[in-house]
Amino acid sequence: MIGKSFAAAPSSVPAALFILCTGSVVSGAAAGHGLVGKRFFPATLTTEDPFVADELSLPTVSGRKMPASGDEPAATETAFSADITKRVTENFGIGFGASHVKVKPSGEAAERGFDNLELGVKYQFYRNDERESIASVGVDWDIGGSGSKRVGAESFSTITPGLFFGKGFGDLPPDARFLRPFAVTGQLGIGLPTRSSVTTVGGDGEASVERNPHVLQWGFAVEYSFPYLQSFVQDVGLAAPFNRMIPVVEFAMSTALDRGASGTTGTINPGIIWAGTYFQLAAEAQIPVNKASGRHTGWIVQLHFYLDDLFPNSLGRPIFR
Amino acid sequence: MRRLRRAFEIIAIAAGFITVFAPPASAHAFLDRAVPAVGSVVRAPPTEIRLRFTQRLEPAFSGIRVFDRDGKQVDRGDARVDATDPVLLRVSLPVLPPGAYRVTWRVLSVDAHVTEGDFTFDVAP
Repeated sequence: MIGKSFAAAPSSVPAALFILCTGSVVSGAAAGHGLVGKRFFPATLTTEDPFVADELSLPTVSGRKMPASGDEPAATETAFSADITKRVTENFGIGFGASHVKVKPSGEAAERGFDNLELGVKYQFYRNDERESIASVGVDWDIGGSGSKRVGAESFSTITPGLFFGKGFGDLPPDARFLRPFAVTGQLGIGLPTRSSVTTVGGDGEASVERNPHVLQWGFAVEYSFPYLQSFVQDVGLAAPFNRMIPVVEFAMSTALDRGASGTTGTINPGIIWAGTYFQLAAEAQIPVNKASGRHTGWIVQLHFYLDDLFPNSLGRPIFR
Repeated sequence: MRRLRRAFEIIAIAAGFITVFAPPASAHAFLDRAVPAVGSVVRAPPTEIRLRFTQRLEPAFSGIRVFDRDGKQVDRGDARVDATDPVLLRVSLPVLPPGAYRVTWRVLSVDAHVTEGDFTFDVAP
């Protein structure tokens, strides 16, 4: 829930609207753990999950050389993050995330510190087991001033309401059965800064004003589940560890909307998720989509625990049932 | 390289910590292997369906059903968790004529996680 950029490609919006408008809305009990019918949606790394679950990402580690921006030089950024999500009820969850960041500007000494803390809530309002479809809404709060300015943590908060969805393709006809393991998850949100601009006074007494635009946070993840292939389509004889692997490509994007800013930045992240019984491991490359997003490929790895499986009678179940 | 090594060290420590402090648990039961195999074509009609899961099953709430192409249930209705192997679910079959069959299953692992699924197999003429 927290610690990921919001996402949902424009091309995915019709899919989300389809989900919202489908007549046979089933808002049954959530299974947690990303299970919708026979579809298992793994937790993705840079785009938000569409389900509410009891899960812990510890740690998520990423590294990337960020491009120069304004007066700021290009810098190599390494982040160690922890995120936890907890079901309050079957369909309503809360989340908390924190990141420790090291920023090493080109030709300068490295700075270390915590980024702003993040809180979030999410409500899963739609689930259709037969169609392997799920949708949620949520709000993410990047708590301004809770992090260290040395590593670029903003002094103002950003509230990001968002829509999250997932769709598995297990309902494709038999002729297309080898496409059934495909699934798409996505998100669409808008980052609303609590301050329209920030004024800073330099050492020479000169004031500079930085405007904070509203930002469309969008993205999606396309995945092909080998476990789904093996269990529901055709046993092609994959052995461990390949039988638990899910190749994935994530698209994590941001589009500035106003206040003198424009353009889209983001990364395309191809990778692999290995989903075990109690945890999953994932690794992805982060490839910038354009010059404004950088010129160097980054990386991200994550260890993610399924708390509902590890602690089914305590931490891993909703607080209120 | 040093950064990568440190990342792996942190991952290992986190995994070890949670594994050590987690109580013995039984997770969602996923299908591990099926006989006949998922999506297979068999020459001889199988006498039973055997599904092996990743977790122990709750016998009272775990079942398999087998349907022919017309949607008629064809199994003998004796789905059961194997008495000596609690991850194995089986159901007997009569002699099946050639054709396509659909197996559906729904299981409850011993800590009350429900999973379900289905697959097809064909008996060759």
